[in-house]
Amino acid sequence: MEFLRFATAGSVDDGKSTLIGRLLYDTKSIFQDQLESVEATSKQMGNEYTNLALLTDGLRAEREQGITIDVAYRYFATPKRKFIIADTPGHIQYTRNMVTGASTADLVLVLVDARHGVVEQSRRHAFLASLLRIPHLVVCVNKMDLIDYDEKAFNEVKEEFRNFAMKLEIPDLSFIPISALHGDNVVERSEKMDWYKGSSLLHHLEEVHIASDRNHIDARFPVQYVIRPQNEEHHDYRGYAGTIAGGVFKPGDEVVILPSGFTSTVASIDSYDGPISEAFGPMSVTIRLTSDIDISRGDMICRPNNQPSVGQDLQAMICWMSESSALVPKMKLVLKHTTKSCRVLTTDIQYRIDVNTLHRDEKPDSLKLNEIGRVSLRSTQPLFFDEYRRNRNTGSFILVDEVTNATVAAGIIVGSG
Amino acid sequence: MSVTTYELNHLDQLESEAIHIFREVASEFERPCLMFSGGKDSIVMLHLATKAFWPARLPFPVLHVDTGHNFPEVLEFRDRRVNELEARLVVASVQKSIDDGRVIEEKGPRASRNRLQTTTLLDSIEENNFDALFGGARRDEEKARAKERFYSFRDEFGQWDPKNQRPELWSLYNGKIRQGEHIRVFPISNWTELDVWQYIEREEIEIPSVYFSHERDVFSRDGMLLADSEFVERSEDEELSRRKVRYRTVGDMSCTGAVESEAENLRQIIEEVSATRITERGATRADDRVSEAAMEDRKKEGYF
Repeated sequence: MEFLRFATAGSVDDGKSTLIGRLLYDTKSIFQDQLESVEATSKQMGNEYTNLALLTDGLRAEREQGITIDVAYRYFATPKRKFIIADTPGHIQYTRNMVTGASTADLVLVLVDARHGVVEQSRRHAFLASLLRIPHLVVCVNKMDLIDYDEKAFNEVKEEFRNFAMKLEIPDLSFIPISALHGDNVVERSEKMDWYKGSSLLHHLEEVHIASDRNHIDARFPVQYVIRPQNEEHHDYRGYAGTIAGGVFKPGDEVVILPSGFTSTVASIDSYDGPISEAFGPMSVTIRLTSDIDISRGDMICRPNNQPSVGQDLQAMICWMSESSALVPKMKLVLKHTTKSCRVLTTDIQYRIDVNTLHRDEKPDSLKLNEIGRVSLRSTQPLFFDEYRRNRNTGSFILVDEVTNATVAAGIIVGSG
Repeated sequence: MSVTTYELNHLDQLESEAIHIFREVASEFERPCLMFSGGKDSIVMLHLATKAFWPARLPFPVLHVDTGHNFPEVLEFRDRRVNELEARLVVASVQKSIDDGRVIEEKGPRASRNRLQTTTLLDSIEENNFDALFGGARRDEEKARAKERFYSFRDEFGQWDPKNQRPELWSLYNGKIRQGEHIRVFPISNWTELDVWQYIEREEIEIPSVYFSHERDVFSRDGMLLADSEFVERSEDEELSRRKVRYRTVGDMSCTGAVESEAENLRQIIEEVSATRITERGATRADDRVSEAAMEDRKKEGYF
């Protein structure tokens, strides 16, 4: 069975947790004891109806304040697909979690309250989805029950969202009018909105085509770990373990190793279950080469006629995630990219982007929490990278503060130099 | 010629993700270890770790926090498996923590060593200087665990702070820590109970006999069936009866309940798990029933 990973985003009270609760409930992915516990808590909190949001809001503070604090992962399956939901909070101070949840997603689901239309948070989420190059964006216009399932109001929200999205790169954009509370158009098509001719949300999630979203063209294998058994049976065994980050590898392929530039041939692709004839992303495998070359973690195996960019100067879009510090020019940080870690220096902040208007604020002094901007970086070692739009695995990195060890930024490579 | 679609099924994707994390930790940490309880999740973890480093041996030891209240079948299984893999076993004993006065044994019919394990575990981490501990926790198990990262940071007191977790992006994991801190690593975070069973079936992984239907003397408490054992005090009205049961989770005998079941093989277990309407922890774990946030509270203290 195939996986679909999707992230949900919305403002406070857009009903995101309720929608997820509804999806889980209507696909019978909720267990009786979970439901009983939610019913009891709802009653205790004085709710009129069973508050499905309580299914996902697990932490004490969340239940007390009726909010979602952190990315929560939920699982459900239909006969067609298995789903992983990254439920991300809509609070402004926790927007970094949206980036976190969306970084591994195939699809982003944005909730908009039908009564309020497109708000700052919806724009921000749409922008982030396009920045992270999530190919599929589904806008659920929620709380249709509160506006009498009015088609006109739905179309207005749709129009407003489209106008903003035109300035973004979103290959596949869909709109679905729903009521998460009552289940309209969530699993089944709603009878109350016969003017809506599209599919229900679940049907859409089951059918959306994601197989071609992965890069199977540019062969990239960041060496993660060197396997040397050093026992009698496998005395001379030397295997390079890692996860295929792009393209396809086969025994007999001519390869080049970066940074050394030595060439060799794939002798075999090994796994515990036996040799593999073709390895592709995201398979974790062990590659053996025909020649003895000194290769270690952080090196990259690729094809001679298709190599990544190699360099120490990067152009990147950065989302700053630290509350206690800000990104400023001439700052030293640790960068983690594929299986390589090294120190970097921010040489310049070219602009900060206003996520509401997409206006570029040139040469800002800093990037603060939840701010996004284009930054030039210089690394202490050469990196082997592709543009993020070409390959999410070799085009992404994180930045770590050397003093606090906190992950302070997500980075998307847009070019070199 | 066959046409390759370059798609991985869900079990292959989950396996690959877990292997990636095992290798990442083995590369970046000095002293990792794998927490092993003898339960099905940790058995799957041991299998995945074996696959990740094959044909080499495990590059880290296996740690068992022994409450002293184990199912004998599970202990026997642990020793055999560790031997087969030529792995190094470290046992941290709750009984020793009690004898050393580090913790005080709970009293009464509902006494359990569940909570005491945390101290034993943290002491063992300190003693062995472990900097990364693999655990078999899954996000589908429990609502506090749904908020866990693959790399879960613990401060020098072993505490988890759910409000202050490191953002985790793509498959880039930040394992930077200071002396005395450590990371709990959960490679099978994205697996569901059903995935675990399907994987056990596919990989033909051996599991302890208590997971299959068998006859056992049990009594009913709080809607759970507890096994008759020297570790649990029964009150007068808790009468024993012989029933056909199996375990969905395997922990301490004092707080793990059995479920009535006829499932004698993996196929039947998978059918049963697919059809069940009660979560595994809800059905079988007294330790989660203490309060609405019982797991969250224990995790903050440093529990698994």
